[in-house]
Amino acid sequence: MRTIAIIGNGISGVTAARNIRKKSSDRIVIISVETPHFFSRTALMYIYMGHMKYEHTKPYEDHFWKKNNLELIHDRVETVDFDNKKLLLKNTPELKYDSLVLATGSSPNKFGWPGQDLPGVQGLYSFQDLEKLEENTHGPLVAESKRTVETAVIVGGGLIGVELAEMLLTRHVKVIFLVREDRFWGNVLPKEEGELVARHMVEHHVDLRLNTEMDRIEADENGRACAVITKEGERIPCQLVGLTAGVSPNIKFLKESQLDTQRGIMVNEFLETNIPDVYAIGDCAQFHQAPAGRRPIEQVWYTGRMMGETVARTLTGNRTQYQPGHWFNSAKFFDIEYQTYGVVPARMNDHMADFYWEDPTGKKCIKIVFNKDTHEFIGINTFGIRMRHERFDAWLNQNSTVEHVIEHLKDANFDPEFYASQEEAIVQKFNSELGTSITPKRKSWKRIFGKIAL
Amino acid sequence: MKQLRALGLLLFLAAISIFSVSLFLPSFSLDEAKYKEALLTGNEQSDARYMAFSEGVLSATEGKCFSNAFAFSAAVREAFETKNNELKAAEKWDEVVWDKPHEFAASLALTASKGPINDHTGWFLFLTFGMGIIGGTIYVLANRAMQGTDGIKNDHIFHHAATNRGWIGWLVFAWLVAFYIVLYFFPDYVVGWSMITDPVSYFLKGSAGGRWFLYGLLYCSVMTVMAIRMFVKYRGNKYQILRTSSVLFFQICFAFLIPEIMVRFGYPGVDMKEIWPLDYDFFFDWNLSAKLRAGSLGIFLLVWGLILIVVGVPVMVYFFGKRWYCSWVCGCGGLAETLGDPYRQLSDKSVKAWKIERYLIHAVLVFAVFMTGLTLYTFFSGESEVFSMNTYDIQDTYKFMIGSVFAGVIGTGFYPAMGNRVWCRFGCPLAAYLGLVQRFKSRFRITTNGGQCISCGNCSTYCEMGIDVRWYAQRGQNIVRSSCVGCGICSAVCPRGVLKLENGPEEGRINDNPILIGHEGIQLSQDVTSNKA
Ligand SMILES: Cc1cc2nc3c(=O)[nH]c(=O)nc-3n(C[C@H](O)[C@H](O)[C@H](O)COP(=O)(O)OP(=O)(O)OC[C@H]3O[C@@H](n4cnc5c(N)ncnc54)[C@H](O)[C@@H]3O)c2cc1C
Ligand code: SF4
Ligand code: SF4
Repeated sequence: MRTIAIIGNGISGVTAARNIRKKSSDRIVIISVETPHFFSRTALMYIYMGHMKYEHTKPYEDHFWKKNNLELIHDRVETVDFDNKKLLLKNTPELKYDSLVLATGSSPNKFGWPGQDLPGVQGLYSFQDLEKLEENTHGPLVAESKRTVETAVIVGGGLIGVELAEMLLTRHVKVIFLVREDRFWGNVLPKEEGELVARHMVEHHVDLRLNTEMDRIEADENGRACAVITKEGERIPCQLVGLTAGVSPNIKFLKESQLDTQRGIMVNEFLETNIPDVYAIGDCAQFHQAPAGRRPIEQVWYTGRMMGETVARTLTGNRTQYQPGHWFNSAKFFDIEYQTYGVVPARMNDHMADFYWEDPTGKKCIKIVFNKDTHEFIGINTFGIRMRHERFDAWLNQNSTVEHVIEHLKDANFDPEFYASQEEAIVQKFNSELGTSITPKRKSWKRIFGKIAL
Repeated sequence: MKQLRALGLLLFLAAISIFSVSLFLPSFSLDEAKYKEALLTGNEQSDARYMAFSEGVLSATEGKCFSNAFAFSAAVREAFETKNNELKAAEKWDEVVWDKPHEFAASLALTASKGPINDHTGWFLFLTFGMGIIGGTIYVLANRAMQGTDGIKNDHIFHHAATNRGWIGWLVFAWLVAFYIVLYFFPDYVVGWSMITDPVSYFLKGSAGGRWFLYGLLYCSVMTVMAIRMFVKYRGNKYQILRTSSVLFFQICFAFLIPEIMVRFGYPGVDMKEIWPLDYDFFFDWNLSAKLRAGSLGIFLLVWGLILIVVGVPVMVYFFGKRWYCSWVCGCGGLAETLGDPYRQLSDKSVKAWKIERYLIHAVLVFAVFMTGLTLYTFFSGESEVFSMNTYDIQDTYKFMIGSVFAGVIGTGFYPAMGNRVWCRFGCPLAAYLGLVQRFKSRFRITTNGGQCISCGNCSTYCEMGIDVRWYAQRGQNIVRSSCVGCGICSAVCPRGVLKLENGPEEGRINDNPILIGHEGIQLSQDVTSNKA
């Protein structure tokens, strides 16, 4: 019986463990310093806002691990002795392994700003960060006189930043949001979508400052952060600074070893590192050669899960290449849901054309990207309208044309029943812009579930 | 706005307090004239039987003024039981009055009562129901105005003492449990309440209403205010708005107004949307006889009820899932979806709870079917004993255990402790029947949107039926569960647009070995694995 050690009990490590267990009876040990059990990092904000408790964010009940014979160790791995194949832990005896899966996740970026480590300055990634945030802010539902944080400055315009803003607003904290680029999430969202989100944030009383970069953080006489100074020299007094300018692989404890690392742990397409029997998956993995059309490090939930599935196959005797399908992702900006399927770059490439539709309220929109010459469908962003993953996956697989997608858009709608339909308006705009005369086809169960081509 | 909201809350709390206190306001005095007025119906036999009790009861009460219902009821019950025991000892079985002591006392209490409610009924109606409705509505609407943008706000639900089993929650729990116990088992204590609603009852059906009219009116009022809250809370969600309007409509018209008006015209007051076995006395002999006596309307009602059971349920569930009833029509469901909505997150999601649920709800279904079988046997054969079991005893046991304690005291009283669907989930035999059809022969499912689930847990947390929705969603599997009432909240609160309630083809509805789309490497060579982990 082999011992398979997995460092990290996030989505990647746990998916790997579950999938190995399905096929093998090896000893599986999952180690994490963060929480005793797997919880959903994506739900951190909901704990803070009181939508859920920590308990609710655990995808599996506590008895699940024992029942499936998955050993859990709640401790920190201090070093990995790759030569002797053992892990040295902080409070637990050393652990010998036959195979090792590194799924250590990320930690928030800090770019060497003066004052970045002051009390009152923090990122939002781990459960400990959430606890720190509770300490750094006043409790929920406290009387106005007991509020300790009046203003917070959030630095870095990405998904976690918006989530942090939403969280703080539920505690009546005034949020000033500094974004270096000229639009929100500018490296991912095209202009119109960035503006839509920005409008919505302002509607929620976020003080959004585009083209504004932080220079340093000032401390008060107690050594706590008390103001942010921008590159232009503006001083913004605040009691909390949130650093949400992206994340990087959490691999500090591995840096001194013979493991090949750059930003992340270097892996080939089989998720193998330079050391035999050692694999890396999830946020901490970096591909020598990224899969076609993908980035070398992808820090999202879904890719972590897929890498976990893949490595589990390899470890159970079926060496498998990591082959993610078409890109997809989703998020929520306050009240507006966002989904994306396929590729929609922030700036169109030469061979791309795009079609944009926004509804009169300015809270729903879609952007469709297609090949300028062949009209092949390339990707879609959708805000405020839910769409069917399976449909778009099929269209992408079938190299459908944009006209086909537009004509059958009703098949892809995933909004709850009785919602007003947007398709007529979308098709109308499409026709007038591209000179087509498409009439939208009625939704067909046959096409949706029948798995027939077209 | 803040002040307005506080005012609303204040008015509401005042109304609740006045309502609670009014239980203690009437005083009671009885004399022979009132005794006769209360008990004699013109039926010679029964009148004579009751008159035999007058001496004892009157000597215990006449000339005295009881300051509350408890003392009055105690005196009446003692005299009543003494006389009954004498008769039983003498084996004069024909002369025994079989009323329950509290019911006997209740029949006298209304005529014997006096005090501020009798003198100012209108005022009391306004100060309790009127002010409660106004206050509640102000509170809800002010809340809306303070919330700003559209979108479901579940902020602080687990921080607040009312919605997280804090002291407010337990206070409401105690109040509700006490309310149901008094309402169901101590009709003589609640005359203070039923007097308040009598004017409405006279207006609707021309006679005094009693406790069930009081309950009906209260039910409708509470549902109305809390439905307004639903409209506000889920304002961006058409599904929620329509289904809330629907349950409210069925409650007010079908459960309340139509039956009361039918009584006014001398017909049996029937709630035509009630379906056996939730409507457990549908086949009881007095019920069947009453319908058979009521001529063609009675026959229609009987046939209508049978059609609902045999054709209505399976056909409707096949096309729409059990939601057509549980969260669009049913009265219990209606209360759960309005008054109970603030408590939905308190349901237990554990596998253990699911297990208990399956045993319990199917046991109740078996019990209901068994009792109905006996009842029908007795009805047609005239034998009340079957295998040394007495049909009427079994009916009484069911009525007490299931009909009152489970459905009422626990079913609603436990909202703030165990969530808003305790009865629907663990006890309702109709839900069990609808659920069996939904599980095995229906087009309804909750579709999981490919690989988009991030396992956040909002769906499971807010599922009132305690379904661990996430368990399915994160595996890319559709949710097909017998208990799902199709409230649509899981879909509404999912931040990633993963869930959609829909009625589609049966084929592919249940995908036991799902693959998460978006992963070529796994899709290309899918292999069947055990579902263990
Ligand atoms: C607030 C927030 C919201 C997000 N929302 C989304 C979203 O909506 N959609 C999406 O796709 N992605 C989202 N993400 C990103 C997503 O959560 C991550 O990509 C994913 O959780 C990474 O999973 P992982 O298993 O690779 O690593 P992690 O979940 O980070 O797990 C790594 C674990 O390893 C432990 N560990 C590391 N080193 C050691 C050591 N030396 N010893 C012991 N234990 C160690 C860590 O403590 C941690 O528990 C979000 C992230 C955050 C922070
Ligand atoms: S699964 Fe969803 S629709 Fe069904 S009862 Fe639970 S929350 Fe309601
Ligand atoms: S709410 Fe949505 S994203 Fe969250 S666990 Fe449920 S289905 Fe998944």
